[in-house]
Amino acid sequence: MARQDNAIDVRNAVKRYGSFTALKEVSLSIKDNEFFTLLGPSGCGKTTLLRMIAGFEDVSHGSIHLYGQEIENLPPNQRPVNTVFQSYALFPHLNVLDNVAFGVEMKGASQSEARSKARQMLELVQLSDFSARKPSQLSGGQQQRVALARALAPQPKVLLLDEPLSALDLKLRKAMQLELKHLQRETGITFIFVTHDQEEALTMSDRIAVMSAGELQQLGTPREIYESPRNVFVADFIGETNLLTVVVKEIRDGNAICQLDGGHELHCNEVAGIGVGSSVHLSLRPERVFISDKPRESKSLQGKVSENIFIGTDITTIVNLTDGPTFTVRTSNSDRGSKGIFEPGSDVYVNMEPGAARLLID
Amino acid sequence: MAAGAPGGGSTVANTYEKARTWLLLPSWLVLLGLSLIPVIMMLVYSFLTKEFRGGVIWEFSLAAYDQFFFDRGLFGDEPPSIEWTYITIFWRSFWQAGTATLLSLAIGFPTAYFIATRPAGSRAIWVFLITIPYWVNLLIRTVSMKFLLRDQGPLNQVLMSLGLIDSPLHMVNTNFAVQLGLFYSYLPFMVLPIYAAVERYDFSLSEAAADLYASRWVTLRRVLLPAVKPGIIAGCILVFVPSLGSFLAPDLLGGAKNYMIGSLIEEQFKGNAGNWPFGAAASMILLTIVLIILLLFARQQTRHERKEA
Ligand SMILES: Nc1ncnc2c1ncn2[C@@H]1O[C@H](COP(=O)(O)OP(=O)(O)OP(=O)(O)O)[C@@H](O)[C@H]1O
Ligand SMILES: [Mg+2]
Repeated sequence: MARQDNAIDVRNAVKRYGSFTALKEVSLSIKDNEFFTLLGPSGCGKTTLLRMIAGFEDVSHGSIHLYGQEIENLPPNQRPVNTVFQSYALFPHLNVLDNVAFGVEMKGASQSEARSKARQMLELVQLSDFSARKPSQLSGGQQQRVALARALAPQPKVLLLDEPLSALDLKLRKAMQLELKHLQRETGITFIFVTHDQEEALTMSDRIAVMSAGELQQLGTPREIYESPRNVFVADFIGETNLLTVVVKEIRDGNAICQLDGGHELHCNEVAGIGVGSSVHLSLRPERVFISDKPRESKSLQGKVSENIFIGTDITTIVNLTDGPTFTVRTSNSDRGSKGIFEPGSDVYVNMEPGAARLLID
Repeated sequence: MAAGAPGGGSTVANTYEKARTWLLLPSWLVLLGLSLIPVIMMLVYSFLTKEFRGGVIWEFSLAAYDQFFFDRGLFGDEPPSIEWTYITIFWRSFWQAGTATLLSLAIGFPTAYFIATRPAGSRAIWVFLITIPYWVNLLIRTVSMKFLLRDQGPLNQVLMSLGLIDSPLHMVNTNFAVQLGLFYSYLPFMVLPIYAAVERYDFSLSEAAADLYASRWVTLRRVLLPAVKPGIIAGCILVFVPSLGSFLAPDLLGGAKNYMIGSLIEEQFKGNAGNWPFGAAASMILLTIVLIILLLFARQQTRHERKEA
């Protein structure tokens, strides 16, 4: 039986379009009152999964439970789930108030009850002054908030949001990210949020499911996903990283000693399934590496600075290891005094914190 | 192409303005030449005196309108009373055209919806299939329909052999036959505008409605229909107006009992029995009524929209 405290349980869900499989046996559980994000590149099946939960696509195989109740055979209008559509899909012939009141009225409230509920929702999204306008008379950000109010007004058990912020400019998007997060806290409704923007996912989510090519790659808190990516895809997709090909030379006391091109050696934690002699990938976040003009320890890697790039809060330094791969190192601007900046052409050593480098399965 | 635009405009905008005026000229000429002038001619003719062998005498007269509305006895010397003959014909025509329009809507809307929801590639084929019967001349189609509906015709034979009826249904020379004929003549004019509207409809709105707990029926009524309303109105006008003035279907399928305006007007211009001013007057009255209906409708529409805002 499904655990009652899970808002959504997706089990072995498969979606086929003809011979093409858009989702391959995806299983995941979304907890009650959680801000859950589906993250992945374009075409990986995020929208497909969301539409299956909403009821717009049928499930080829597998099951979906909502608070323990099997729902994959219910039509969309009988699922206590509401959607904020990517294109908003506001009813063009109804004004803002009646758009927001629509779902409440359909659930059986009288028109006046529905409207008073809609007024409350519009207040919540700070659009009370716009209730008489038609959707076409609103800006993109305002339409987005109307869509949000409309989906929240009938008090769904789960709210689905398909890239609701993608049409907004950067500044508005940041503001809306915070607003959404607050709304989720205030209403206590489970949010399932779809995005292909990893930064957005890291900022907003309680947990993230990273997807690629119809498969679930990793599920975890933003911190887990960022700091302990499970495979090459996740390490590469989330944040910036140095992705290096290495050969495992030796495994000793849970430590794997890996060799890079040019004979450089690196120490990292052992990972189950990766044995001596295997050629694998290794991820090293640029902010967990620092450079110095003298070797700090025997493990420091020798190289030459090729470029410094100023990116606002940070400075990115590109280092070519002697006869080896290129390394990206990030220094926070506030640390440049203590850590120092090396001009292009300087001979330097690359050092890292213990445990910074992670071996990855492919 | 824009050769009609004379050079020398001080600004680009100015040049465009001029070009637009010139390029619009052909359509203005067509509108003027093919609709305004004929209407004016008709108006003038309706106030002239009739010539007994067809044609007119250029002498002002109200006789045509008088004949339409008033009955002055066989010799024209009795006190006037209201003439019901033509008013009845008008009333019947509106009734027939209205029924045919509703019938077209009832069949045309689902058809248009069906076509618009096919995969994009096959829609053109469906539209093409709808229009195929209309490559055959209207007269031939109407005569064929009469043949189908006859007492001994194929339709009755099929119904009888199926045991649904014992004796043939009399369908020719009934209101029903006329309505069926009109419906069949003008169906594409209903389907095509509605198809265009449904094709432009954003189906994510229907999904949004279903997501917000609306049943399919409520979604149709409260979301789809309001969105495609302009197409439905256009279709209704395109079927209603020509049905009203049509004379082939009423003549061939309706017989004398089901005489409509179109036939009345047509007769006035045919052969020696005709009365041109009377035909023109009847046309003017028809035109006026249709215009009034459309104007009232448009006004009610804008008032409704203003109330919403
Ligand atoms: N109706 C359909 N018929 C056939 N293939 C489809 C259909 N809908 C989606 N697909 C395919 O399924 C895959 C997943 O699509 P989906 O829309 O879920 O991607 P997504 O992750 O939401 O991408 P994006 O970030 O671009 O929105 C894609 O390869 C897409 O081409
Ligand atoms: Mg998508």
